[in-house]
This record gives sequence, C-alpha cells and structure tokens, in this order.
Amino acid sequence: MKTPVNLQIDQHDIRLLGAIEDGLPLCESPYSLIGEQLQMSEEDVINRLSRMQTTGIIRRFGLVLKHRQLGFRANAMVVWDVPDEEIDIVAQKIITHDFVTLCYCRARHPPVWQFNLYCMIHGRERAVVEEQIDGLKKTAGLESYPSKTLFSRRCFKQTGARFSTAGKVNGGLYEQAS
Amino acid sequence: MELSTIEKKLVNSWQRGFPLSPRPYALIADELGIRECDVIAFLASLKKRGVLSRVGAVVRPNTAGASSLVAMAVQPEHLEYIAQIVSVQPQVNHNYERENSLNLWFVVTASSDIELEQVLSEIEQRTGYDTIRLPLEKAFHIDLGFTI
Repeated sequence: MKTPVNLQIDQHDIRLLGAIEDGLPLCESPYSLIGEQLQMSEEDVINRLSRMQTTGIIRRFGLVLKHRQLGFRANAMVVWDVPDEEIDIVAQKIITHDFVTLCYCRARHPPVWQFNLYCMIHGRERAVVEEQIDGLKKTAGLESYPSKTLFSRRCFKQTGARFSTAGKVNGGLYEQAS
Repeated sequence: MELSTIEKKLVNSWQRGFPLSPRPYALIADELGIRECDVIAFLASLKKRGVLSRVGAVVRPNTAGASSLVAMAVQPEHLEYIAQIVSVQPQVNHNYERENSLNLWFVVTASSDIELEQVLSEIEQRTGYDTIRLPLEKAFHIDLGFTI
C-alpha cells in the first residue's frame, strides 16, 4: 500500500504517539509527565491528542484490553470473495451487526488468496460465534460468495503499533521516509 | 479472569473517550464515586493481572507510514519456531496462529513502504518461507472495544 500523504500529522505527533505506545503513565498528571519527557507543555500534549482524535488518526483513546484474558477466546476472521463493485454495499450490511469488531477490504493475492472482504468477530464461545457467522451470511446476503472462517489458535504477540522504533530494522537505523 | 463490579464499570466505560484533561483519573473517580488513587490502583492491578494492555491510543492503520496484514503457510511442526522469528521484529504487532493452511497471520507496521519491504524480506530470509501480503484498502468499521 502507498504511504498516504498525511498533512494532519507532524513529527511531534509521532513522537507523542511513540511516548504513549506502552500506555499513559498511571499517575495523577499523566499528560504533564509525558510533556516533560518530550519537552512539550501539558496543554500541547492534550491538544495534540484531542486533535488526532477529532481527525480520526486516533480511532479510540482509552483502556486497551487483552481480550483473551477476559474469556474472548473464540476469535474468528471471516473472509469473502466479493465483486469489487459490490463491496461497499455488502460491508455496510455487515457492520450493522454488533458482534462484528472490525470490517476491512484488503488486496487479493491470486492465486493463493482470492478473498477481499474481512471481518473479525470476538466471542467467548465458538458455537455462538459460528451461529453469528451463519446469521451474518443470511442477513447480509453473503451466502453465495466464496468464504472461509479462520478461528485463531495461539496468540504469539499482541501489542499496539510502534512509533518509537520506526525506522529501525535489526536495531540499525536507516532513512525514514515519513 | 473475573472482574469486580467496579472494575467492570471502569473497563466498560473507558475504552473510548478517555478524559483528555490534566487529571483524567480524578475525573473517572468522580464518575465512579471512588478516589483518584483507587482508580490508579485498579488500573495498575488490571495491568498486573494481564487484563489491561495499556491506557492509550488505538491508531488508524498507516498513520505514520505503511502497514500490512501478512500470512504465511508454515509446516505445523515448525510453527512455534517460525512465529518467534516473526515476533522478534519490533514492527510486528499482532501475530496469531489461525486454522488454515495459511496458518500464521501477523500485522507489520513500519514507518515507510521501504521499511515494510525490508522487514518482510528479512522475515522471508530468516524463515525460508514466502510472505503473502494483504494490505488494507478500505476500513469500514472501527474497533469500539469490548463489553465485559
């Protein structure tokens, strides 16, 4: 995917996202503490986070849970091969379901992987999630499209996107393009 | 992991719209009718118990560069070893085994297309497996958190 030209974000924002990537400090004035680390005022930290939230760069700001620890172990990725011109309409039907956590269109990779529409469902019980998927296929008119359901087994790693390590491969630095 | 009633309230109410004010934990404390230091202690405890990853931002993909979902078809008996090689890269932020012949699925977030390519060719070299790149084209629905 092409790197988007994003005029809404600057290097200070990236540094700020890097400073909070492991979490906001658990102290009385966390934004002030982050500001001190970055030589930014508390007000600037708050304003930047607020602006990034308004512009949609930050999709949500708050508690990020380890869902598996809370019993959400039936985690299904469902994929479909939908004609490109129909994908918007189909996706709009999918996202009306509360149990759908994420819904994406991704590039196909023929001949290995012809699927282009993805949705994630996180549940506590596999049987319930399977029923939800069946219901989803019926109500969204998805029964005729080729589809696969991939439940997750082991989780090897789960962290947020990293901003502080950007540009480092194998610990070595090279030119950063954004 | 079982949560107490007050922990459930905390977790269910603050996965989005976390206060962007100088004393965020005090504001949450007011809403819950407890003290600021209790909110901080509850969050520290949730983190220690492995329920809370962090209080922080979920950032739109490709905000600071380039990212891709990547799949690999790994021989099952080598999966754990190969997954470790993949996870070592700091740019890999999710890495899961899934039920398919493409059995290893991970997300790479890099600062640029060049870096993304470099990380993936590094992974291919070290593991001896091809990577199937499935970059995002459009997001229809965002993660709004979980109701516990």
